[in-house]
Amino acid sequence: MTRTLRLDGVDRSFGDRQVLRNVSFEVSAGRMTGFVGANGAGKTTTMRIILGVLAPDAGEVSWGGATLTRQDRRRFGYMPEERGLYPKMTTREQVAYLGRLHGLDAAAARRSTDALLDRVGLGERGDDLLETLSLGNQQRAQIAAALVHDPEVLVLDEPFSGLDPLAVETVVAVLRERASAGAPVLFSSHQLDVVERLCDDLVIIGDGVIRAAGSRQQLRDSYTVPRFELVVEHDAGWVRDHPGVTVVELDGARVVFDLPAGTDEQPVLRAALARGPVRAFRPVSPSLTEIFREVTQ
Amino acid sequence: MNVTQATRLVAEREIRVKLRDRTFLFGTLFFLLIAAAGTILPPLFAGGPSTVAVTESLAAPLRAAGLEVRVVSDDRAAEQAVRDDDADAAVVTGPAVLAMDDAPDDVVRALSTQPTVRLLDPDAVDPVVAFLVPFVFAFVFFITSQTFGVQIAQSVIEEKQTRIVEILVAAVPVRALLAGKVVAGAILAFAQIALIALVAVLGLQIGDSGGLLSLLAPAIGWFVPFFLIGFVLLAAMWAAAGALANRQEDIAAVSTPVQLAVMLPFFAVIFLNDNATAMRVLSYLPFSSPTAMPLRLFTGDAAGWEPIVSLVLLVLAAGAFLLAGARVYEGSLLRTNGRTSLRTAWRERETIG
Repeated sequence: MTRTLRLDGVDRSFGDRQVLRNVSFEVSAGRMTGFVGANGAGKTTTMRIILGVLAPDAGEVSWGGATLTRQDRRRFGYMPEERGLYPKMTTREQVAYLGRLHGLDAAAARRSTDALLDRVGLGERGDDLLETLSLGNQQRAQIAAALVHDPEVLVLDEPFSGLDPLAVETVVAVLRERASAGAPVLFSSHQLDVVERLCDDLVIIGDGVIRAAGSRQQLRDSYTVPRFELVVEHDAGWVRDHPGVTVVELDGARVVFDLPAGTDEQPVLRAALARGPVRAFRPVSPSLTEIFREVTQ
Repeated sequence: MNVTQATRLVAEREIRVKLRDRTFLFGTLFFLLIAAAGTILPPLFAGGPSTVAVTESLAAPLRAAGLEVRVVSDDRAAEQAVRDDDADAAVVTGPAVLAMDDAPDDVVRALSTQPTVRLLDPDAVDPVVAFLVPFVFAFVFFITSQTFGVQIAQSVIEEKQTRIVEILVAAVPVRALLAGKVVAGAILAFAQIALIALVAVLGLQIGDSGGLLSLLAPAIGWFVPFFLIGFVLLAAMWAAAGALANRQEDIAAVSTPVQLAVMLPFFAVIFLNDNATAMRVLSYLPFSSPTAMPLRLFTGDAAGWEPIVSLVLLVLAAGAFLLAGARVYEGSLLRTNGRTSLRTAWRERETIG
């Protein structure tokens, strides 16, 4: 069964500062949804509301069509932005403890902990006190803590911050595994290149308002004017004078230009061919950074 | 999983961590040694019956009194035996008792005629014991609620400071977290006291002071429920105080009201324990009743219904403080930027619960 996590018209204020305004979006089963926004845009507050750590002032979070309950949330995996586990407990012990708090019995918690610690590369250090582990290894322990109860939904606040490149790959692999097993995965990040590489869907938030949401491709299609790259044999400066063209970048024989939406790009290509050989002509997809800049402006 | 199961898991973890804490283990061991030493050693130091050097003609009443008699030829030899430290005392013609620097009470008693004593108020307690017992009760309650209270606050702050609290709150109700800590604290405190009491009782028996024990038994019987409920009352305050703080360094500042709630009743009971009116009032006030009421029972001042009324009052107060403590705890647990004011914590319920 595929289930969707939905937020509907969520508002939240702290004192007289409203940090979320009518926030609505969906996280679909089996998809990695990236959640991006500037610092203070409301990402963490939104995630805390999903997990029930904060109550919304208005609006609702639903799971599979029904209002989210505490029982549902116990089946969620959560990695808060501010990391922390018990410094004076061993990793194995506290991951198992968190598993039990999420409803596993003692034996299942132990099994799952052992498997996960191996998976994230902490098998050897599992019986060391957490405070004796390196920062990177503590991060791995945190990931194990979020996954120990085999969650149905994953909500991860900045899961990649502070990770070394090797650990990033491990986490990415684990998250993909969960998504392909059918879990909705929502993760926030301000490293837009990572989000771009990973996510299927994207939610962009700015000043507490959802600025854009949808699949990565949809966003690309709808949030930029048609942009093309043309490479010719000699100087491409003539493109500037072609009707409708706005040149974005010109570098000798290479030019990147925009056309007004709905304009046919083929006349430009024909004009280029009429002048000589064309080495390349292709549409340019905007990067996430560009979309982000555009929708949050 | 319901709140009870979650509470149990939380309490189990708290206890497990504590049982591995060296400070806690050494502290317990230290108290046990004191309890054993305090009960076994004094009778040992008191020593056995005195050795008396005496001529055969005066020996009979001393033998009858169970003293160790050394028969000597004459009074001079008797005196010499004391000087040579062969005997603790000597009895010479007169009769007179000789000793080096300490009047031997048992020898004097053996030679005197004692009047018959009829006690008109047989419950009346030895003044030394009457002074010590209130002190012990008040001290045990003070030390334990203080030690374990601070530990509850520290454990709350640890979870806040390391931010693990956010994961915990997402998994279990905030109430279960609070309840688990209070329950674990109460179990540990009670187990520690029970262990110390057990050692003290064994010590009293080894030291042959069993009489005191039967005198203390009813007071101790009442002390147990008073202690437990009084502890819960204070533990709720400690947990709330811990939640208001943000770093271990803040603990002194946020816990001042709790410290006063522990300290004032302690001194009141210590200093006012021979003032009947003051003790009657103290034995009903929730913060002092855990020590004051068992004490009035010990001295025989309280009627049979009084501890029950006082206990009911204490239960009501503990319930109210648990609810208030839970509210403050919920309102401040996730505020990780600096100290939270009591007002803010009271008004703002952050979590869904």
